[in-house]
Amino acid sequence: MTAAGRPTVPRLHPKARLQHDDVRGRDVLLYPEGLVALNPTGAEIVGLCDGVRSLADVVAELEQRYGSTGLEPDVMAFLDGLAAKGLVTYGS
Amino acid sequence: MDPKPLWLLAELTYKCPLQCPYCSNPLDFAGPRFRRELSTEEWCRVFREAKALGVLQLGLSGGEPTLRTDLEDLIREAHGLGLYTSLITSAYRLTKDRLAALKAAGLDHVQISIQGADADLSDAVAGTTSYRDKIAAYHYTRELGFPLTVNVVLHRRNLHQVEALIRLAESLGAERIELANTQFYGWALHNRDALMPTRAQLDDAWGVVQRERARLGTKLEIVWVLPDYHERYPKPCMGGWARSYMTVTPAGEVWPCHAAGRITTLRFENVREHPLEWIWEHSDAFTRFRGDAWMPEPCRSCPRKTQDFGGCRCQAFLVAGDAGLTDPVCSLSPHRPLIDAAVAEVESAAAAAEWTYRAAPASRVLAAKG
Repeated sequence: MTAAGRPTVPRLHPKARLQHDDVRGRDVLLYPEGLVALNPTGAEIVGLCDGVRSLADVVAELEQRYGSTGLEPDVMAFLDGLAAKGLVTYGS
Repeated sequence: MDPKPLWLLAELTYKCPLQCPYCSNPLDFAGPRFRRELSTEEWCRVFREAKALGVLQLGLSGGEPTLRTDLEDLIREAHGLGLYTSLITSAYRLTKDRLAALKAAGLDHVQISIQGADADLSDAVAGTTSYRDKIAAYHYTRELGFPLTVNVVLHRRNLHQVEALIRLAESLGAERIELANTQFYGWALHNRDALMPTRAQLDDAWGVVQRERARLGTKLEIVWVLPDYHERYPKPCMGGWARSYMTVTPAGEVWPCHAAGRITTLRFENVREHPLEWIWEHSDAFTRFRGDAWMPEPCRSCPRKTQDFGGCRCQAFLVAGDAGLTDPVCSLSPHRPLIDAAVAEVESAAAAAEWTYRAAPASRVLAAKG
């Protein structure tokens, strides 16, 4: 599926919080009774999901930061993984 | 790399207005061992030390944690450190104003227990009229925007209500419902005969859970905590001894899990005498069963040892008499017949045993017995 076919503004669920884990030198998403460890790119993607930027905006911002193109499938797969855990929701 | 803790359960007090007969608190909770509660500043120091050690998730529990009048201060400190804070409460007499104050202090998540799907059963199990307070508090948490977990401990007297309990959680807009089959420690072990479910009850309830999970998807997460006496292999208790979890009791003792204090062959240290890091790294209680060098057969040569870590040390101590043995729940344990006998008893006994409510007078009697 492409970004065009569905609600496209990804938002971190209010129950989840992005937190730096000083001891292990990484970022994590914390939520009730659990956590997901993020790699630096994952943390960057989550940080861009502010409920205002559309998926296309998030992808464009990342492509600009990394001087790269074609990131949309990877970004979508990552966010869909978090959505399956109920940590990200899509709105419009 | 040496393991670092991710989870801290802060048992702020063992005082509780509820009297649930399956309580995981120690039988002697009202005895001298737990009398001198940590002060606000002592708890704040524990939280700072825990964060520096690697803890990210903080459970604020008890007893009933809202009885601590400094709960707002404790949450403010924990939140400032970046800990994800969960309040684990009975919600007895919990007002919307108090919850709002806890929210303002930075509380992230609220877990409220319920003992049955209706007032009659819930209040009968709790031993205290509390159902109405709980329902009110569920609504307050939603109105204030907290993520909500509904927690139910399941046993012979309420397993038939699993469907009604899930529907209740759904109607309240909860994120999660924890259906926690009774684990037999503390008061639950004391009351085991009265709480033990039948195999047929468990099969029916599990069928409901599977059906409701398919219906609800991500709308409501249904956590099913296995009834380990009815399993063939032990649970991977705490994800392995002293690997990611620690409990600090009201008077400052530090345990690898909230039941471990009952193991009389371990020496437990106190945050009043040692830094948390030293306790985690060096204390007898934390090092004795860390890793797998301690394991006897049948665990030592078992391919499952990296999955279940030999099961639960407390259960080995309480049922088999030695914390260093294979969890007797394991079908490979020579002590498994002790578990089978406890399970078989309920299947054959027609009359239900009476339980003892978790209350201070009964606790003091049990503490005096030692």
